[in-house]
Amino acid sequence: MSSNGQVGVVVIGLGATTPLGGDVASTWSGMLAGNSGVRRITDEWVSNLPVKIAAPAAEDPVSVVGRVQARRMDRCEQFALVAAREAWADAGSPTVDPYRLGVAVTSGIGGIGSTLSAYDTLREKGWERISPYTVPMLMPNGAAGWISIELGARAGAHALVSACASGAESIGYGMDMIRSGRADVVLAGGAEAAIMALNIGAFAVMRAMSTRNDEPERASRPWDKGRDGFVLGEGAGIVVLESLPHALARGARIYAVAAGAGYSADAFHISHGSPDGAGVRYAITSALSNAGISPSQVVHINAHATSTPEGDPLEARAIADALGDAAGGCVVTSTKSMTGHLLGGAGAVETVAAILALRDRIAPPTINLEDIDDDVTIDVATKARPLADSAADGAVRPLAVLNNAFGFGGHNVTLAFTEFIPQEG
Amino acid sequence: MTDQEILAGLAEIIDEIAGVPADEVTPEKNFVEDLDIDSLSMVEIAVAAQDKFGVEIPDEQLKDLKTVQDVVNFVSKNS
Repeated sequence: MSSNGQVGVVVIGLGATTPLGGDVASTWSGMLAGNSGVRRITDEWVSNLPVKIAAPAAEDPVSVVGRVQARRMDRCEQFALVAAREAWADAGSPTVDPYRLGVAVTSGIGGIGSTLSAYDTLREKGWERISPYTVPMLMPNGAAGWISIELGARAGAHALVSACASGAESIGYGMDMIRSGRADVVLAGGAEAAIMALNIGAFAVMRAMSTRNDEPERASRPWDKGRDGFVLGEGAGIVVLESLPHALARGARIYAVAAGAGYSADAFHISHGSPDGAGVRYAITSALSNAGISPSQVVHINAHATSTPEGDPLEARAIADALGDAAGGCVVTSTKSMTGHLLGGAGAVETVAAILALRDRIAPPTINLEDIDDDVTIDVATKARPLADSAADGAVRPLAVLNNAFGFGGHNVTLAFTEFIPQEG
Repeated sequence: MTDQEILAGLAEIIDEIAGVPADEVTPEKNFVEDLDIDSLSMVEIAVAAQDKFGVEIPDEQLKDLKTVQDVVNFVSKNS
């Protein structure tokens, strides 16, 4: 049992494929180096769009998944499978009773690329020429299904959808699957592959995207006064969760404790966050309470901050309110400054980053933050920065990190992870 | 078109769609049991075969085409 009276859940494997690298190691070193994955898009389809930048995945998933399997899978499903394979291998490919192994992997949008290309085929060549795999390619639960097939995971495969909070929400659900006794091991996370004309047009018409087309690498700049919207990224992140007793019994290598999750719904506007930040504050506070930790333990937050004018300060205010006097000891970062916004993959990739920050005791930077908003009082790292590590640093153990993820619809999710401290004897 | 040419064309399609190497696509092979081709891929293979050989394969016929030889025979008879 953990300090919150529930069965403990630990993180035993990590997987990611992102604009910074095709795996966790390259993504993490890219983040610590402050690299930008944002590029100028030169494809013909951007010519009539106001946005001509994005953060494409560093590695083509087809090369990893294989040509034949890839033609039956949407790109977002391919990303998810790539990250799931890495996470599973990283966890040591444990032997688990199939009915105790679960999947909670999702996407914010699903197979939108497959949907669009199938519709083109339908109009140009007729229904008989549509791929018979179109339905499994467009459904947002496709990734969960493919991963369950690959690993023989039979405890349940789930795909919670909450726009850009989807990846984090899925990890929270994976924790619940273990806490409720349904599973011993769960692969959880999210993926997105949405860099295409319709999506960019649809976000651009909301005036949500950066049009800093001439300076792609400087376009994603959370909390900077010069920010003008988010940059669309793609990829996936997956974590392998395991019940603590199960992990201890087989001597698993443990990254961190998946200590708790907090949720709220703004119930305010379908795409604007509530300006008072009350929903976000509630999610953070709930995550701390669910994890049984205090604000003074939180040394780092991987924030949702997407580089939109209205969203970033709202979150900063909510963090400051939720942590109170302890906010000064917490180093906040938005890795979206480097990866762009992976939508349904964001919370999952950023959870991976938060866990590595806890492991390595270092916060990755928020790049491009040159002139911070006047009313932002939280401590944002603009360079990779060591985290407090001992009582002498004012840190209260076990140290904790948070990941925030919010989505259109008013969804707010905060996940809390703490360092794993083995019990004596 | 000779049976040998039909077989070679079919093997090319199966390689492209299901990733089965052409030299494994031999007449006696059963699509499901030997080549691990599911019903969705079979639909795709049938459409590609129609395009390549100019032969319509109706659904009610498709379900009876169990082996590579069955398809070769069908195409040969109807082309």
